[in-house]
Amino acid sequence: MQLIKTLTASTALLVVAAGSAYADDHMASDMTLVSWGGAYQNSQIKAYAEPYMEMNPGVSITWDESSNEAVAKLRAMNEANNVTWDLVDVVAADAMRLCDEGLAMEIDPNEVLAEAPDGTSAEDDFGDLLVSDCFIPQIVYSTTFGYREDMVPAGTPAPTDICALFDTETYPGMRSLEKRPINNMEWALLCDGVAKDEVYSVLETPEGQQRALDKLATIKDSVIWWSAGADTPQLLADGEVFMGSTYNGRLFSAIEEQDQPIAMLWDAQVFDLDGWIIPSGLPEERLNRVLDFVKFATDTQRLADQAAYISYGPARFSSAPLVGKHAELGIDMAPHMPTDPANAKNTFLYNYEFWADYRDDIDAKFQAWLAQ
Amino acid sequence: MRQKMRALMLVAPLLIFVVVTFIVPILSMLFRSVENDIVPNTIPGTVIALSQWDGSSGEPPHENVYRNLYIDLFKAEEAKQHTRLGSRLNYEQSGLSSLFRTTGRSLDDIGELWQDPLEDIDPNFEEGSFWFEMMSGSGGEDFLETRRELMALMSDEDMNGDVGFVPSEEIIQLLPWTARAYTDFALWAAIRDGDTVAEEDPWESVYGALGMDLTNPDTVSAINSYNGAGASALQAAAANIDQLPQFGFREAFTEEDKDWGSADIWATIKLYSPSMTPGYFLNSVDMTLTPDGIVMKPENQQIYTTLFMRTLIMALIITASCIVLGYPVAWLLANLPMRTASILMILVLLPFWTSLLVRTSAWKVLLQQQGVINEILVWLGFVNDADRLVLMNNATGTVIAMTHILLPFMILPLYSVMKTIPPSYQRAAKSLGATNWTAFWRVYFPQSVPGIGAGSILVFILAIGYYITPEIVGGTDGVFISNRIAYHISSSLNWGLAAALGSILLVVVLGLYWCYDKIVGIDNVKLGG
Repeated sequence: MQLIKTLTASTALLVVAAGSAYADDHMASDMTLVSWGGAYQNSQIKAYAEPYMEMNPGVSITWDESSNEAVAKLRAMNEANNVTWDLVDVVAADAMRLCDEGLAMEIDPNEVLAEAPDGTSAEDDFGDLLVSDCFIPQIVYSTTFGYREDMVPAGTPAPTDICALFDTETYPGMRSLEKRPINNMEWALLCDGVAKDEVYSVLETPEGQQRALDKLATIKDSVIWWSAGADTPQLLADGEVFMGSTYNGRLFSAIEEQDQPIAMLWDAQVFDLDGWIIPSGLPEERLNRVLDFVKFATDTQRLADQAAYISYGPARFSSAPLVGKHAELGIDMAPHMPTDPANAKNTFLYNYEFWADYRDDIDAKFQAWLAQ
Repeated sequence: MRQKMRALMLVAPLLIFVVVTFIVPILSMLFRSVENDIVPNTIPGTVIALSQWDGSSGEPPHENVYRNLYIDLFKAEEAKQHTRLGSRLNYEQSGLSSLFRTTGRSLDDIGELWQDPLEDIDPNFEEGSFWFEMMSGSGGEDFLETRRELMALMSDEDMNGDVGFVPSEEIIQLLPWTARAYTDFALWAAIRDGDTVAEEDPWESVYGALGMDLTNPDTVSAINSYNGAGASALQAAAANIDQLPQFGFREAFTEEDKDWGSADIWATIKLYSPSMTPGYFLNSVDMTLTPDGIVMKPENQQIYTTLFMRTLIMALIITASCIVLGYPVAWLLANLPMRTASILMILVLLPFWTSLLVRTSAWKVLLQQQGVINEILVWLGFVNDADRLVLMNNATGTVIAMTHILLPFMILPLYSVMKTIPPSYQRAAKSLGATNWTAFWRVYFPQSVPGIGAGSILVFILAIGYYITPEIVGGTDGVFISNRIAYHISSSLNWGLAAALGSILLVVVLGLYWCYDKIVGIDNVKLGG
């Protein structure tokens, strides 16, 4: 399913564009951006795309909601020698694979991205989040848990520890977990007594992988496995599960926008990154336009603006102090950010190198285990 | 003959359309299930050198393999192909993806181990123009073309064009490694970057290659009697070998990552170095290729045979339930008065006009534990609140939802066949003394069998390829092989494995079709009057 929404300024402005585009150092006057659709894409439209189009009347932006299958599609486009996308929003792990496959363009952050207002170079401002040579980070999101407040047994304190996931005696009820090994294996090992900094060295070994699966096996009968980010909020809202993992922004909208009796369990949340990649081999005019847009769309103010529409943390250090209130609800966004100190007491950063290497192997074991 | 040609001309547009948009893409996709060009194309020299290596010794290969690897990998890194190779090999052994990625980053550093001392020995080595003069000459045209071909295969790009450089035959004989590395550099600089070779500083790999040449005592003595371009610099280098690194490329690679010293890694590379591989097909039946032959995978990684069997069994169950549910409906449709029948027909067709996702999500609302069906059963007192029925996220959910979705494909062929059975036959049977049941079973039913056949084939084949519905309501034991194929196409990017699984599925379906033809006879299938 592909919903393509075209946002054009107006036909009249397009005529003006022909002139201004020429003046703009041979930049194409339209762009196709690929994103995830829904609230997230909306936050990008509001925070970067609309302001950019206001500054550059005549530029038109087409959105394609294909980020889900961006890697496969981009590969197919590349093989057909017909890449129609100009800028693609992907999670960092996919960016790394696109970079490995030579499908994404390598960038020099200091050249392509804007400096922070105080003059800090882009490379320092994004810091460790530049996890791949092709990746332009936008937001930090986390995969974390939500639970039904009204399903906590009477007299029991609300869960504050990730291991409540495995404690079906204290907290009875179903759980929902993502149908893939990533994150679940780490949580299982953590709750099986493995120290946080040893999780990946344990998970590297077949014994460690079996250990994690054995731990997950203790709750296998009470797990509903999800494959779409919207599943857990729906399962929680319907009371199908007591607790479940999903992206923190999904839980934010279930809690704050839809007023569901759900609470966040931030313990051992796994940080992950989402950002842009530029497909390799774009013609010069289109590339110029995209570079111009990216520089604008990932500057300090724009990333901070985005946080007014969705509860994901901006990927720049310099944006954090500028995060304000939600654009419609008017509540302070900072306490809802995964990066807020109160929420980030115990966190994990998705280990890209590890999962790039072990993903296929562990996934085969995980799926075989699921099918048993 | 003329007539036939004319007929062919008439269908030609459709035929060409089908071949171009359907058959060719399918064949090319299926071909990926054995294709393995990427390994011999990306590291051709290494693959040849590695064929001499005996993996059973447990020792890492000879220095010669590492030298080839360095030359191959350096140009692959320039073309950003080394990480693709890493991803490919990582399907066979975990860890190779990052091994190739990180090694790619340190190739320059390895070259500099030789570059720095060489430039200290004779500053001429710093100059691109000096290198150009030393390396060019005549007689190396064939050599250039060979390297050009290898480069084109590796980078998947057209490398045609004027290089502005011909290696000299004398240098090729004198410095074989250096000639390869420099020619690769010249091709890349001239054709990919559009630069003038003489003005460019050579790659670090060229210095590394000179280091390789200088370890050969014959080369050193040949250099001392050489008097072509660059002779004095080469002689200076030959006289000062002790200033160059006193270790080989095996040590240099192992220093960057100890995995390069492991025989396992090399065994995997060697196993997957032919340009065709049975590896993907073996994987799809839970087997794997090892240096000792083909073995079953460990039990905790076997999944595909289970999934194939499950897919077939569940598709059969779904087909059977479609027959059971669809037959009475089709009979009603065929026997009711026209007006009532057409209203009923709309009810049958209605689901066709609703999106598949919407229908499946609707089943979710109905089937979940807090869903409509369970709520009603609890309210009526048939089921305890504590143990509500588990109707989805398992095989039951898949069967229920898919039976509903595929039901029209059973009803429509049944209906069109039943429509053609004259009611007088049954009346005749009854007037001859048959009971209602006998009249139906002996007279009516046999005539409706072609409809059942057509409906079953349609439903079965559609069911076998479904993956959206099982993904949403199937949980863990209700997913099909197609879900894994979709995963390998869009998530793991292991298109070779996806193609192998798809080919097997295609062959199984064709095989079942053949069986059906042998047992029931395909002439017995009717889609309508």
